[in-house]
Amino acid sequence: MGIAGMLGTSIKRREDPRLITGDATYVDDIKLLGMLHMAVLRSPYGHARINSISTEEARNHPGVVAVYTAEDLKGAVSSVPVAVPLGKIAEGMGVRGPLAEGKVRFYGDPVAVVIADDRYAARDARDLIEVDYEPLPAVIDVEKAMQPDSALLYEEFGTNVPFGMHPPTDDIDKVFEETKANGGVVVKTRMVNQRVAPVPMETRGVVASYNKGEKKLTVWSSSQIPHLLRNLLAGQVGLPQHQVHVIVPEVGGGFGCKLNVYPEETLAAFASMKTGKPVKWIEDRSENLAATIHGRDQVDYIEVAATKEGKITGLKVHGISDLGSYCQIFTDVIMIAFGFPVACGAYDIPAIYLSADIVFTNKAPTDAYRGAGRPEAAYVAERAIDLVARELGKDPADVRRLNFVKPDQFPYKSAAGAVYDTGNYEGALDKALELVDYGNLRAEQAQKRAEGKLMGIGLSSYIEICGFGPKGSAPVGLYESARMRVEQSGDVMVYSGSSPHGQGEETTFAQIVAEEFSIPVDNVVILHGDTDSTPEGRGTYGSRTTAVGGTAVFQAAQRLKEKMKQIAAHMLEASPSDVTLEDGNFSVAGSPQKAVSFADVAATANLSNTLAPGIEPGLETTVFFEPEACVFPFGTHVCVVEIDRETGETEIKRFVAVDDCGRQLNPMIVEGQVHGGIAQGIGQAMVEGVVYGEDGQLLTATLMDYAMPFANELPHFETDSTVTPTPVNPLGVKGVGEAGTIGSTPAVANAIADALGLAHVDMPYRPEKLWQLIHQQ
Amino acid sequence: MAMKRAITVTVNGQQHHSEVEPRLLLVHYLRDVLDLTGTHIGCDTSQCGACTVLLNGESVKSCTVFAVQADGAEVTTIEGLAQGGNLNPIQEGFWEKHGLQCGFCTPGMIMASYQLLKNNPNPSEAEIRKGLEGNICRCTGYQNIVRAVQYAAEKMQTSATEPVGAGGGGE
Repeated sequence: MGIAGMLGTSIKRREDPRLITGDATYVDDIKLLGMLHMAVLRSPYGHARINSISTEEARNHPGVVAVYTAEDLKGAVSSVPVAVPLGKIAEGMGVRGPLAEGKVRFYGDPVAVVIADDRYAARDARDLIEVDYEPLPAVIDVEKAMQPDSALLYEEFGTNVPFGMHPPTDDIDKVFEETKANGGVVVKTRMVNQRVAPVPMETRGVVASYNKGEKKLTVWSSSQIPHLLRNLLAGQVGLPQHQVHVIVPEVGGGFGCKLNVYPEETLAAFASMKTGKPVKWIEDRSENLAATIHGRDQVDYIEVAATKEGKITGLKVHGISDLGSYCQIFTDVIMIAFGFPVACGAYDIPAIYLSADIVFTNKAPTDAYRGAGRPEAAYVAERAIDLVARELGKDPADVRRLNFVKPDQFPYKSAAGAVYDTGNYEGALDKALELVDYGNLRAEQAQKRAEGKLMGIGLSSYIEICGFGPKGSAPVGLYESARMRVEQSGDVMVYSGSSPHGQGEETTFAQIVAEEFSIPVDNVVILHGDTDSTPEGRGTYGSRTTAVGGTAVFQAAQRLKEKMKQIAAHMLEASPSDVTLEDGNFSVAGSPQKAVSFADVAATANLSNTLAPGIEPGLETTVFFEPEACVFPFGTHVCVVEIDRETGETEIKRFVAVDDCGRQLNPMIVEGQVHGGIAQGIGQAMVEGVVYGEDGQLLTATLMDYAMPFANELPHFETDSTVTPTPVNPLGVKGVGEAGTIGSTPAVANAIADALGLAHVDMPYRPEKLWQLIHQQ
Repeated sequence: MAMKRAITVTVNGQQHHSEVEPRLLLVHYLRDVLDLTGTHIGCDTSQCGACTVLLNGESVKSCTVFAVQADGAEVTTIEGLAQGGNLNPIQEGFWEKHGLQCGFCTPGMIMASYQLLKNNPNPSEAEIRKGLEGNICRCTGYQNIVRAVQYAAEKMQTSATEPVGAGGGGE
């Protein structure tokens, strides 16, 4: 055992002292000598041809150093990277350079940049650039974009649909026919998972500094993917990888929107290479809402078949993914690669049919937003269960129970193809129902209904897939890494390939090391986000950092511990196999008085000139860990709402969440992740939504117009957990970064439908929509 | 470009004489001229509250105040909150109760909490939530922020009943 059971303890975060005093350094806090500022001119149209751009007046503005358009980038900068180009995307459809060429395709599309010696001057000059636009018809509705007469974003391809997946339906049709023949039901609906904006409180930002003498580019970026950014950016601007150094300082939230290489990062790098000066660009909030990726935006046509007892026999889903105007890194695969594998949810569904269309429209690109594909899949599965329950007049909790994958079925291969590691879905449901006092709650609901009140109870027994890997699943290995060094003092330095943005891994990773070495957590430091010193990592996303990066840290500690045992054995004149490490001391089993301290062994390893033969001096190792399989967190969320008939306003009376993310390294941090996830999930259900006019104008371009939950709009969450460890990694951990978002949205949706007695209501549940539904009934 | 104006602003107890453009925002003055980067910018429209500072003891969103409007005023930023190396009880509360994750909204949230507790030293949960509705946090779901403010309220009340010199926040 380690030091006082360090793992599993809610110790306070080591990140916090700098963050609560204003001493942390975010990108906009970086100031370099001679630094220039970049401002981006963006399209005011959703779709338009660019006839000409006149930059002369801007160039002559005081303080302006340069103005660049797509013309200036030719031959110098390659296109924005796309990880897995599907269908016509592989032929170049939707692939763009950093600045628009010939056409703009969404409101916010970057057209030109101004480089000036001051932030204000750059913006003043930006207003002096004249662009002659010829507006074109825009297409905003994803299903209209699929019509043959639709306006086209890429005329040369003759369609807005770069890729579709339409397998034969014979098998599922047969299941549906048999189900009906046997007295079962088939329920169908169309559901819209609306477009939302990630809105990290820190917008995007970059400082690029090219040293002409060293031919080296240093880039500070608010990013989730330091190494990917380094490698991809090097390719884009034509520098060798070892001449690009990416530093990710403090990051003020990401939620998926910072796991991309964006045009502005490339443009700042290009501008610095051209001018020889550091160039800073800080996105303002309006740019963030217009030009940073959006999330969700998926339409699903679903049909679900079930026996009259409520056992689901088949699920048919046609998903339409709205890509927006261009492909960013994962835009085209969010639904198919991250949503479809978990389309069956927590349920033992024997037959599933999945078809897809992915479609370009004149909106900002979509990509990964907290959950990325899995919230959409959970929304479909959890709504499907409630549709069946409603059709059959059964309690949705009973229908869930009847269909759950049972604990003895793991590892379980779902009809959608994913192999679930471990789970006890009914355990989490039971605990949540007990917490919320379900029996009495339904009785209260019956009474309220008798009084004419609109009370609803919604359940969501979600699962998700995370901890990516696994080996062989992606075009590149999805590993994480750790380089660890035990100093001669006995202090430990860990260089993690994973780079956080609020998740607290400087704390949890230090706990892993402290436990394994049985030393105080203060003797361990976790360093990250610097590509010159940390080994290659794939990035922080998909709730993978603890399961993959944490395991790399754990294995590095194990490896060094073994070496330290050998050194200690030499010091103690014992056999290494007899040496144990406990309470900070290496000792020989059975004779604890014969011991050397962790620090003594560290000093010997680093200083001694009489190490045993075959033992290399020093204590340093690098581990890469690539998981063999993914992990599948799960849980049940319960939402209780009451809707005011007169105003359409919803009050969330209670929100209970029981989540299972496997073993918890720091329960305080786990709970924090759950809270934040639930808030974002409720945000989508209740108020959030990116809105474009039919002409492509963005109507939610500031935080005055884009609604997000405030403190007084959210309930007090009642959270608890169950713990079902995974065998996929030695720590037994799953992931919890996205679970709250995935589980909460369907719980609210189910509660609203239950309150109104309707089969389905599309989100968001703003008062005017609910009032209209109530009053048209 | 407009002519620069001379201003004198006392920030965290230190007086600064500067020449600024009339359009310079207070938040840019603090961050770019005085290098006090603890105050953050999260929106351009005064919704998010990341830029909250105290202007003559009252919380303001410094993205909505021109630097020239602060001429002759006293400003307190997050950097000025800890006294004599001791964290203010609100800062302590945010650390103790895990009231932050990415930390970007935190300085503004702490300054807004300062005003809240000044006006209402013993707020209910609902009053805390209402009092902080001008500050957006995207990470925490606010629950641990509520706990942090409750912690601070309790701590400030305890220290207020102790003899002078026992520390604590407040002016």
